[in-house]
Order: sequence, then C-alpha cells, then structure tokens
Amino acid sequence: MDTLLTFLNMGGYGDFIWPAYVIVTIVLAGLLISSRRFVKAAEAELGSIKQPHQRGRREVGDET
Amino acid sequence: MLHRFANPTRFLRLAAAMQPWMAALTGVMLAFGLYFGLFDSPGDYQQGESVRIMYVHVPSAWMALLCYTALAGSCAVSLIWKHPLADVAARATAPIGAWFTFLALVTGSLWGKPMWGTWWVWDARLTSVLILFFLYLGYMALDNAFDDPGRGARASSILALVGFVNVPIIKFSVDWWNTLHQPASVIKMGGSAIHPSMLMPLLLMGVGFTSYYFWVLLIRIRGEICANKVRSLRLRQVHEQPSADDLSEEAS
Repeated sequence: MDTLLTFLNMGGYGDFIWPAYVIVTIVLAGLLISSRRFVKAAEAELGSIKQPHQRGRREVGDET
Repeated sequence: MLHRFANPTRFLRLAAAMQPWMAALTGVMLAFGLYFGLFDSPGDYQQGESVRIMYVHVPSAWMALLCYTALAGSCAVSLIWKHPLADVAARATAPIGAWFTFLALVTGSLWGKPMWGTWWVWDARLTSVLILFFLYLGYMALDNAFDDPGRGARASSILALVGFVNVPIIKFSVDWWNTLHQPASVIKMGGSAIHPSMLMPLLLMGVGFTSYYFWVLLIRIRGEICANKVRSLRLRQVHEQPSADDLSEEAS
C-alpha cells in the first residue's frame, strides 16, 4: 500500500503528472471514438441515399 | 506509384488493410512507452519525477508540428495539382493536429507550474505554439465557412500555407530568443543530451503517437470520402428533381 502511495505521489509531483496523463488519455480516446462515429454516420447516410437512388434507376430500367 | 494510390477507391482498400496494423503498432508502442516512462526510467537530477510529463508533452508537440507540416503539404498539392484526395487528407489532418497542439499546451502548462512557478508565460516558444493552435482553428473555420466546398478548401489552403512560416519559428524560437523553455535536447548538434534510459521511452511514445496519428487519419479520410460522396449524390438528386417552374410549365 505504501509502495502504491509513494508511486502515485511521484516525489510530490503527482498532482501535475497524473492530470497530464489523464487529459492525454481522454483526448486521444475521445478523438478515436468520435472519428469512428463520424465514419459510421457518413457510411450510413451514404447507404440511405444510394438505396433509393439505385432502386429508382432499376425501375427506370424495367420500363424500357 | 503515388498516382496509383491517389485514386480514392484504391486508397480506401489500402487504408482498410493498414488500419489494424496501425492500431496494433499504436497499442504496443504506447504500452511499452508508458511502462518504461512511468516505472522503469529514472527521475531527472534537477526536475525530479516531474520529468515524466515529458513522455506525453514532447510527443504531443512533435505531432503538432508534424500534423501541420502534413496539412501544409496536402494544401500545396491541393492548390497546385487540384487533387481531391489532398483536400480530403488536409481536412482529416486538421482536427488531429489541433488536438495534439492542445495537449502540448496543456501538458506543458502542467509541467511549467512546478518547474517555472507559473502555468503560462508569454515567451517565444509558448506563444508560437499558441499561434499554431489558432492556425488550426482558423483553417477549420475557413474550410467550413463557404457553401461551395471548393472555395472553402482554396481559402483555407492559402491560410495553411501562409501559416507554415510559424513551424520553423516554433522549432528555432528557443535558439533565436531568450525563453523559459529549454533548448532542443533530443536532436541537436553533437548528439542527444538525454540519457538513453529516458530517450528510449520518449522515442517509444513518439512512435506510438505517430502511428496513432496515421491510424486516426486513415479513419477520418474514409469518413471524409464518404461525406464527399453524400454531398455529390445529394447535389445530383437536386438537379434530377424537376423544379417548380418545370412542373407548372408541364401543367399548362
């Protein structure tokens, strides 16, 4: 327990070191998650536009 | 070779194949970098344990500069050769670079308080990095400020290229002016001034941050290509729909 507390204390600089690591982790994880969501949303929108568009083309093709 | 992979469809295939490798490299490098940085490297003889902030601060600052160089390079290709993939790469890089710059500023501030006794000082290095952050924000704001994406890309590309002058200013600011910020110590004439026990975790974190950048960049480029396709399909739909005037003419 003492070893853990000594490690977390970081020679008295723990109040500065841990926030730095936490902020970096939050930002990098958040950027990765938001980038993946951005791709998924764009792909879903593309799929929803393409489907009626392709259906419409097929219907035009059936008439001829 | 470059032209071959500049084709968006071929690029997307290559990007899909590379993504798992980039993710694995990021995970491995950051795991080893954090282990050596937090558990298996000594404190500094002057700065004590606070030096461990270096393992996230310095790679963030490196990436802030690398991303801006990539952004300016993409903007130059976009302006000169008008290649659509260059626009997409620039737009995908900008938010990643902006976040790395934010991290460099915040972690630097957290390191500055115990070492310098202040969170912030208007010296050349800190101020030029803050300007870099505003350049990223300005690029993104200008890119989205026009209804016509082509005009937005042109205007923001010119801003990014003009702003590139700030990159060498950041690099050499610690040599040209008297600053609180320490001078270059990793890459300098006469070899690195950092002990290998500290240099190794720093380089591992640097490689980890770089592979993270390419990983997220590939994801965002895929998203931007999809968003471009959505925009062009919507435009085509608008053009294909008969206008109100056409309908009234047909009715009469």
